Amino acid sequence: MKRKTELLAVAIVAILVIVILPLLNASGIVSNFTINLYGKYLSYAVLAISVDLLWGYTGLLSLGQCLFFTLGGYMMGMYLMRMIGNLGQYHMAIPDFLVFLGWNTLPTFWKPFASFPFALMMVVLLPGLLALVFGFLAFRSRIRGVYFSILTQALTYGACLLFFRNNLLMGGNNGFTDFKLLLQQDLRLPATQRMLYISTGILLLLTYCFCRWLTKTKFGKVQRAIRDSENRVLFSGYAAANFKLFVFVASAIIAALGGALYTPQVGIINPSEMATDKSLEAVVWVAVGGRGTLVGPIVGAIFVNTLKSWATRAYPDYWLIILGGMFLLVVLFLPKGIVGLISDCGGWIAEKFKTTPVVPDLKQTPDADSLPNPQPAIRNP
Amino acid sequence: MKNFILTAEGVNKTFDGFKAISDLNFYMDEGELRTVIGPNGAGKTTFLDLITGRSKPDAGTIQFGRESTELTKLNEYQIYRLGIGRKFQTPTVYVDHTVFENILLSMEGSRGVFSALFARVTPAQRERIHDILKTVGLGEKIDAKAGSLAHGQKQWLEIGMLLAQNAKLLLVDEPAAGMTDEETAKTGELLLSLAGRHSIIVIEHDMVFVRQIAKKVTVLHQGTILCEGSVDEVQNNERVIEVYLGRKHHHN
Repeated sequence: MKRKTELLAVAIVAILVIVILPLLNASGIVSNFTINLYGKYLSYAVLAISVDLLWGYTGLLSLGQCLFFTLGGYMMGMYLMRMIGNLGQYHMAIPDFLVFLGWNTLPTFWKPFASFPFALMMVVLLPGLLALVFGFLAFRSRIRGVYFSILTQALTYGACLLFFRNNLLMGGNNGFTDFKLLLQQDLRLPATQRMLYISTGILLLLTYCFCRWLTKTKFGKVQRAIRDSENRVLFSGYAAANFKLFVFVASAIIAALGGALYTPQVGIINPSEMATDKSLEAVVWVAVGGRGTLVGPIVGAIFVNTLKSWATRAYPDYWLIILGGMFLLVVLFLPKGIVGLISDCGGWIAEKFKTTPVVPDLKQTPDADSLPNPQPAIRNP
Repeated sequence: MKNFILTAEGVNKTFDGFKAISDLNFYMDEGELRTVIGPNGAGKTTFLDLITGRSKPDAGTIQFGRESTELTKLNEYQIYRLGIGRKFQTPTVYVDHTVFENILLSMEGSRGVFSALFARVTPAQRERIHDILKTVGLGEKIDAKAGSLAHGQKQWLEIGMLLAQNAKLLLVDEPAAGMTDEETAKTGELLLSLAGRHSIIVIEHDMVFVRQIAKKVTVLHQGTILCEGSVDEVQNNERVIEVYLGRKHHHN
């Protein structure tokens, strides 16, 4: 029964987000700005789920998840840069920043990115392989807890510095921008942005379903067992490192897919997205929404970013203080986040109603035993 | 020829200059129920750590089973897969999982990542889990979270997890801690019923419990074996009395 309600709720929200909202946008009721903004939030929600799959479900607090998100974005960005063709400022067949650096021809590794399927493959492959190598080394050496967190943070910081360099030929500190076409569609058209929004919604739905399935399998049980008692898992014959590696790679790929849809909607990708504070922010979304749940990260990502959009306009100087304050508040008073608060409230209200004395109308209440002061004389006429 | 299930020879382990285990030689027959006693810091738990791969000895060999597999070269899960199960001193269960799931995760069977993705609980497994929970007296708690159990019940659950594993060698570290006298007696009965089919090493402080289960007792002192024999032999051994009672005398 509970499963059915959940399925129904997910279906309703999915239809609302993926079908109704775009329809309202097409008929002019919802603005293009809103659709674009929410498209960005949905890709953030995908990132947040990937953080939670590691942190909430496996006990691995990654402080570098934005690295994979941004790499996915960069891989998509390379395709988008190729699609600019000679429409750039210099009207050359190669991206503007390469012309600026003195290149006349395309570097070899840029060549295959004119193919969309290749770019899409790289969105999955590059972050996936990086996670595989890094995770293999880290988990084999039994790097745990805060050491793992520091290492992931160092990894994203290192990558950030690398991408800032012009001679990586990835656009330096400006990154990629000024995109024109995606699959022959003009990115500036509302219809294209709407399709991107819908795609992000579908990606989020698929991510949710995948994680939902994964966490229900025996794998998911082992995952949470590692979080709660890694030693017991080892002494029960599971190679915990392999399980952690699988989750780490899976969540890197999820984050990368989110990043790939983020880039064309925001219209820019640059190394600042890999900076350590971005990954920390993603952790805050999960904490605020409710870690260890799948709805929590989605709620957290959308809530915190909506708040950010408002606060950075209304109180631009105070945003970081608000963010930090919110994190403290959640850590101290709401360990289960917004989702936990809502379900606790639900439980509290249910409890309240249960103990409220009602005059027992015994003919209509089959559950009369649970009511206070039952009157057996009336029950057995 | 006799088959030893476990042979430890010349085992040494030092922590920061403290000799936890020194020149330990330990032999155990297949199907034996061995009780290991000794004062605090005698190296009992360290010995289990060395057997199960939690730490590596500085010197010496520990061999297991008929193939005499060298354990000191293997890691925790490889040793587990040979058929060695362990119950920790403080009950170590998965607090956020139900009692059922705790047993399920400990059931013998595949341990691979990909098989875990598509594993299904078979009716046979379900039945076996119910049987095990009945044996350890947790049948009513099957859907309760392990974290909500009382200390003694957690001990039982961990013993149940060992049963599910169906290990050849069971290492049981202070099973009676936190149990009532009645529960302790029940634990003793269970361990006795398992001996023969399984080889068991029990580490224990509670002498009443030791008397109940022990056939052969090994006394550890300062990381080495002080004496071995029946409970009466051990209790009448002068050196044992010195180590246990002599010191006690000083404190009083």
